[in-house]
Amino acid sequence: MWQFGRVSVHQISFELNGKTVERSVGPEVLVADLLRDDIGLTGTKIGCSIGVCGACSILVDGTLMSSCLLLAIMVDGRKVTTIEGIAPSEDELSPLQDAFIRKGGFQCGICTSGQIIAATALLAQNAKPTREEIKEWMMGNLCRCTGYYKIIDSIEAAAGIERANV
Amino acid sequence: MDEALAALKEYGDEAEFIAGGTSLILMMQQGLVQPSKVIGLGNIKELRGIKRSADGGLEVGAMTTHRQLETSPEAFAYAAALPQSLGVIATIRIRNQATLGGNLVHADPAQDPPPVLIALDATIDVVKAGGGARTIKMEEFFTDYFETTIGEDELLRSVKVPPMPAGSRLAYKKFLPRTEDDYATVSIAVRLGVDPDGRCKDLRIGMGALAVTPLRGKAVEKALLGQKLTADTIREAAALIRDEVDPLDDVRGSAGYKREMARVWTERTIASLANVELKAKA
Repeated sequence: MWQFGRVSVHQISFELNGKTVERSVGPEVLVADLLRDDIGLTGTKIGCSIGVCGACSILVDGTLMSSCLLLAIMVDGRKVTTIEGIAPSEDELSPLQDAFIRKGGFQCGICTSGQIIAATALLAQNAKPTREEIKEWMMGNLCRCTGYYKIIDSIEAAAGIERANV
Repeated sequence: MDEALAALKEYGDEAEFIAGGTSLILMMQQGLVQPSKVIGLGNIKELRGIKRSADGGLEVGAMTTHRQLETSPEAFAYAAALPQSLGVIATIRIRNQATLGGNLVHADPAQDPPPVLIALDATIDVVKAGGGARTIKMEEFFTDYFETTIGEDELLRSVKVPPMPAGSRLAYKKFLPRTEDDYATVSIAVRLGVDPDGRCKDLRIGMGALAVTPLRGKAVEKALLGQKLTADTIREAAALIRDEVDPLDDVRGSAGYKREMARVWTERTIASLANVELKAKA
């Protein structure tokens, strides 16, 4: 992404979606690029690449972060969860993934991985958020199709919140 | 900590510390900084944590994230507006990554913590690579656009705020005419204490986005200390802010507009803390 004269190489080891991953990386490598280009997990999308849009959202030790603003060396020894690690098994979706399909929570899909990751972090710490709490939490995940109501509906559905006249 | 300081001593100005990375990585991507060494601070436990001191002050470790401070019961008990001021920065995801120390050394004049910390009379503890330490007053920390007094051989360790004077309260107003997650057009932090007879006994004003550095509003403070706080005295004093600021023209407004908004938001913030109703302009 950018050029340096002298670049060192670092051994990193971290847990990715429950499995240990070891890699040699330069200090300038971003987690978003490591995931997509090196490891081949392309579910994490790159949108703005400056931490604004939320498409590259991942969980680091359960905390929501932008993988475009993290160096690979910063996740050494930590637990990383991407969209590929959200479902409980090969044949099963997480409640959020299921709800996004049932409630039409995505249109073009580019933001969806980030939306589901961000919502996963929300429900992990607030199982029954209010609509306002969902909006505040999800403010950092942009949907260029502007399908925001359906995204909020999907999160409410996954949390088991029923609303009249949806 | 010793390892990080030793690396700093060895590499000096070739090296940059990386805290949360939200600013440094962007600046590296844009080619604005090109360090040949990056020293990670993520594993240094003594740089984390929020502690209430015995005298009622608060100490915040440099690597404390904005989100940790925003959700800290200790910070809330100190002054509710302190954690609330962290909660208006960018988005939750960024607040999970960005750190208080990183925010301060980045020295962007439109950031939110500096005006709040100036109003709270904060100090910054710095350690030196070759041993030794020093304490810097928040209002003297910023020297120019994206510049601070911190040296190439120094590491910001923690931020301390003294106990709130009895009866004083804090408010922070961030004027955002565009979007919720934007940088402030103008931001004003005020710590105010009022006597039982309505006289101002404590006033400190911090300002963001109004010059190449965050500022303290000394002229307004001086004009109001010891005075009775009324709609008229507040209005008259707040007008002095126009000559204390030196804003830049940018997409968030012209310098003239920001100067006027500084007056308006200083007046409103002081009045709201003093429970004084402002009169409509004649």
